[in-house]
Amino acid sequence: MNIDLLTVDSARAAVLEKETTATALVDAFYKKIEAEDGAIGAYLTLSKERAYRQAARIDALADKGDELPPLAGVPIAIKDVFTTQDVRTTAGSKILADFVAPYDATVVSRLEDAGAIILGKTNCDEFAMGSSNENSGFHPVRNPRDRSRVPGGSSGGSAAAVAAGTAVASLGSDTGGSIRQPAAFCGVVGLMPTYGRVSRYGLIAFASSLDHPGPFGKTVKDAALMLQAIAGRDPLDSTTADVPVPNYREQIGQPVTGMKVGVPLEYFEEGIDLEVSTAVQFGIQELKNAGAEIVPISLPHTPYAIPTYYVIATAEASSNLARYDGVRYGLRAREGKTLSEMYRRTRDAGFGAEVKRRIMLGTYVLSAGYYDAYYLKAQRVRSLLARDFDEAFAKVDVIVTPTTPTPAFKLGEKTEDPLAMYLADIFTVTADLAGIPGISIPCGKSKDGLPIGMQILGRHFDEATVLRVAHVAEHALAAKVY
Amino acid sequence: MVSEKDVSYVAELAHLELTDEERVGMLKDLNSILGYIDRLNQLDTSNVEPMAQVASRYGERKSKDEAGGFAFAMRPDEPRPCLPREEALRNAPVSDGVFFKVPKVIER
Repeated sequence: MNIDLLTVDSARAAVLEKETTATALVDAFYKKIEAEDGAIGAYLTLSKERAYRQAARIDALADKGDELPPLAGVPIAIKDVFTTQDVRTTAGSKILADFVAPYDATVVSRLEDAGAIILGKTNCDEFAMGSSNENSGFHPVRNPRDRSRVPGGSSGGSAAAVAAGTAVASLGSDTGGSIRQPAAFCGVVGLMPTYGRVSRYGLIAFASSLDHPGPFGKTVKDAALMLQAIAGRDPLDSTTADVPVPNYREQIGQPVTGMKVGVPLEYFEEGIDLEVSTAVQFGIQELKNAGAEIVPISLPHTPYAIPTYYVIATAEASSNLARYDGVRYGLRAREGKTLSEMYRRTRDAGFGAEVKRRIMLGTYVLSAGYYDAYYLKAQRVRSLLARDFDEAFAKVDVIVTPTTPTPAFKLGEKTEDPLAMYLADIFTVTADLAGIPGISIPCGKSKDGLPIGMQILGRHFDEATVLRVAHVAEHALAAKVY
Repeated sequence: MVSEKDVSYVAELAHLELTDEERVGMLKDLNSILGYIDRLNQLDTSNVEPMAQVASRYGERKSKDEAGGFAFAMRPDEPRPCLPREEALRNAPVSDGVFFKVPKVIER
């Protein structure tokens, strides 16, 4: 069996039809990880004991001829910002290098309940702060499509594992683009659900009003099946919404005839790589050919999205990261004589440069005298950005844009200039601020063979339409030869 | 403009010490990022409500009236299981088995 070609459905079917066993699949994936992941660096921790225990459970069900759950036997990877009981959980930070979580994140237990097998925890930018995975406290991840380039971030390990075939699907989190941007860079599908659609319980907090858990897959259908397992109200996260979860599989293969697809023309004009805009225009043409109506729209406040994001996200982060103080868990610096000295030395030793930068910025914008000028101002602009989408979605069903302004950049290319790195998220960050769902799907390649991503955004809680449109585009684009 | 004094003050608030070298870099980066953030002042937001939570956008439609956008946050106030002490202390850098231990809080 060629495990590189496995999808969610085919992995489950192989176990169901006794073509293989879940245990044999886990063996094969660990063999591949051991042989190939050294050059990529997608994994931080392998959860072998847990994986084999789950595989044995699935094999026992298959042997009895019982009904298999929807993700039965599917080997997946989890971004290391989700807690996993009895498995090391680091958030990519040295401050949590030895942290073994005492409980599972809701998304983790839901995926296992659905039969998925967790192979391990994937590398990411420290506390999910970054756009290249170079801010990992452990080691960077390399893009499997071109190892001199970054996989994107912050969920770089989760995107790279799917691209490299060292997991069938994976879980990431998106705060400013951290699922969709690495999906675009690695040539896989990445889905950010609506804020409130998927539980954040057990997700190590970066910016609580912006953090969205979501899946990666090789196909739109795989992303849909992963979403099905994790979506829905969780009493342990009071921001999850009590909104019914539709059957996403039913959307796969449905037509887009008569659907209105909004295209914000300004996203194709300024600061965008010509190859990217050409490829995405081509993808939009495919939707038109499939019967959708293309409607020009405007999202006029987009140029203000990055500054808004860097006020709100850092303010929330400075508060969320106050808990890393060397008292209850994580690193403690030994030489502190007083409590406050111990706090400072612990945090100095445990946090990397970008995390310190964001804590400082967030603390500054919340400090006395600056709160109104920065934090409250940014929250008001956030309303304007959300209103842009409200107005657009009064006219269209989905919005299509490039996911990123350029294909994957080289390692080291943007590390000296934080602002240049932040701008890699310019097309993704607006959806996080508004809380609407979005997906990135592969949409051709640059002349250097680098993947290009097309982003499809939808209304709050309308992942179904996003998936339907994404599948039609994926299908049409797959039929073309690049 | 952020000054060296501001960097020291904010580092103290954030419980960071920072090396001299880090302070120099921080001064440069904060000024560059805040300069970029200043473009928010091009917008007149005097009649715009601040948005703190996504639920405030869809809340009007989907939440109960009395709780505004945060109806989802309401739950019965009932005790639920919590982590056993042993588990809660398992990751503690220093503990005596009952409490977390920390350096002296009050200096003489």
